This record gives sequence, C-alpha cells and structure tokens, in this order.
Amino acid sequence: MKKFTTTLLMLMLTLQLFAQGEGSAIADTLAGSEKIYVVVTCVAIILIGLLAFLFSIERRLKKLEKKS
Amino acid sequence: MYKSWWKILGAVLVMYSTIAGFLASVPPLPILHQSIRNLYFHVPMWFAMIVLFTISVIQSIKYLSSSNQINDSKAVQSVNAGIIFGILGLVTGAVWARFTWGQAWSFDVKQNFAAIAMLLYFAYLILRNAIDEEQKRAKISAIYNIFAFPMMVVLLFVLPRLSDSLHPGNGGNPGFNAYDLDSRMRMVFYPACLGWILIGYWIYTILFRVSALEKNK
Repeated sequence: MKKFTTTLLMLMLTLQLFAQGEGSAIADTLAGSEKIYVVVTCVAIILIGLLAFLFSIERRLKKLEKKS
Repeated sequence: MYKSWWKILGAVLVMYSTIAGFLASVPPLPILHQSIRNLYFHVPMWFAMIVLFTISVIQSIKYLSSSNQINDSKAVQSVNAGIIFGILGLVTGAVWARFTWGQAWSFDVKQNFAAIAMLLYFAYLILRNAIDEEQKRAKISAIYNIFAFPMMVVLLFVLPRLSDSLHPGNGGNPGFNAYDLDSRMRMVFYPACLGWILIGYWIYTILFRVSALEKNK
C-alpha cells in the first residue's frame, strides 16, 4: 500500500510538470476554430450548474420522503 | 405557479435558442468571431437573475404590508434561484473574457461590480441565517432586500457606464444592439431571454414548494 501511494504521489508530481504544456494546449484549442469552443464551454458550465442544482433539490426531497 | 404551459413554453424556447444559437448564422466580427454566440447563453443568465431579484423585492414589499410568512419565504427562495443564475453569468462571463479580453478576471469594472452585486445577495442570505426569531428575521431581511435591489441595479447598469470598461454597453462602448445585433440574431436572442427567464421562474417555484413542504413537517 505504501509503495502504491508513493507511486501515485510521484505520478502526481510528473502531472504537475506536464500541466503547463497541457494547459496552453487546451487554451489554444478553445481560442482556435473561430472561438466556437468558448461557447461550448459556457453551455457546458450552465448545464453543470443547473444539474448540480437538480441534485441539491433531490437531496432535500429525499430527506422529506424519509420523514413522511 | 402550478400550471404547466409556461414551463413547456420555457423549455421549447430554451431548446430553440440553444439549437439556433449554434446553427443560425452570425455576422462576421473581429476578435469575437463565433464566440458572439455566447450572447444567447451568457446574457439571458443575467436577465433571469434580474427578474428573480425583482420578484424577491416585490415579495419583500408585500411581506412588509401583510406580515404573511409566505411572502417572506417567496422572497428568499427567489433570491436563492437568482444567485444560481448570477454565478452562472459570472463564470460564463469569465470564460468568455479569457478568450476575448485576454484574461478571465481583468478587474474590469463590470466584472467587479457584478461580483459585488452577488456579494450583496450573499449578505442577504447570511443576514437571514444570523437571526433566530422568525418575524424579526423576515422583517429585517425584507428591509435589507429593498435596499439591496436598487444597489444591485446601480452596480450593474449605472456605475460601469461611468468609467472605462471592456464590456459592451459600458464605458462608452456601444451595446451589442448598436452595431451587430442584426435581425437574425434578435430572432434567437429575444426567445433565449424569455426562455431562460421562464426556466428561472420555474426553478424559483420548485424551491418555494420544497421549502413550504419542509416547513409543514
């Protein structure tokens, strides 16, 4: 187990090393193609936000159902 | 509140505006390019938020004249729903700014004041949690809400116009409608606004109904 966690930590270290290159690649993709992916990102954010809200309502309703 | 025709209308309008928002043609623009399509998603978030906060302030005024607890819980639930849309508007605005203005948060006046307007409403919710007695809480928060609403309007629509801003419609920049919101875009933009306002109202009614059930238990 210890070995496993060490390996994982080492992997995370390397991930951090790669992060900068990856990040700019993502930024390049978003800025390319006439910036249509910016719109896709925003629509995805809106959907994630509303779905998260849906889950919070679900949790409140579950509590109510347990009580009744 | 319990009829479903306007919920279906809202769903259809949002569906239409999403599909047409991606597929309909837009005028060729420098810097923005295709990201002008964000107009159909980012701006309606703010419209929905403003409508929900308007409902909230109306309910607060009603509470002060009637002292009915239902008005108070309507006021707080519409703020809860409005804050969701405000946060979505801020985040989508930051993403859009990252690729058109160069930075996600460039401390532009519009961004700063929008964030402060959000904080005003966070303060409303925190103020409510701080007061235990139900009637006192309702009365104080209703009065706070009546003050917060005009502050929010001033922060979003008056102050950014008085100084330099990158945001369209502020700091001497013309709004989108001045030069590039042509008739094709209007055909998508207005239904998008109405649709998202209806969805926002729907979310508010759901929150209100759940909280009413929670109170009855």
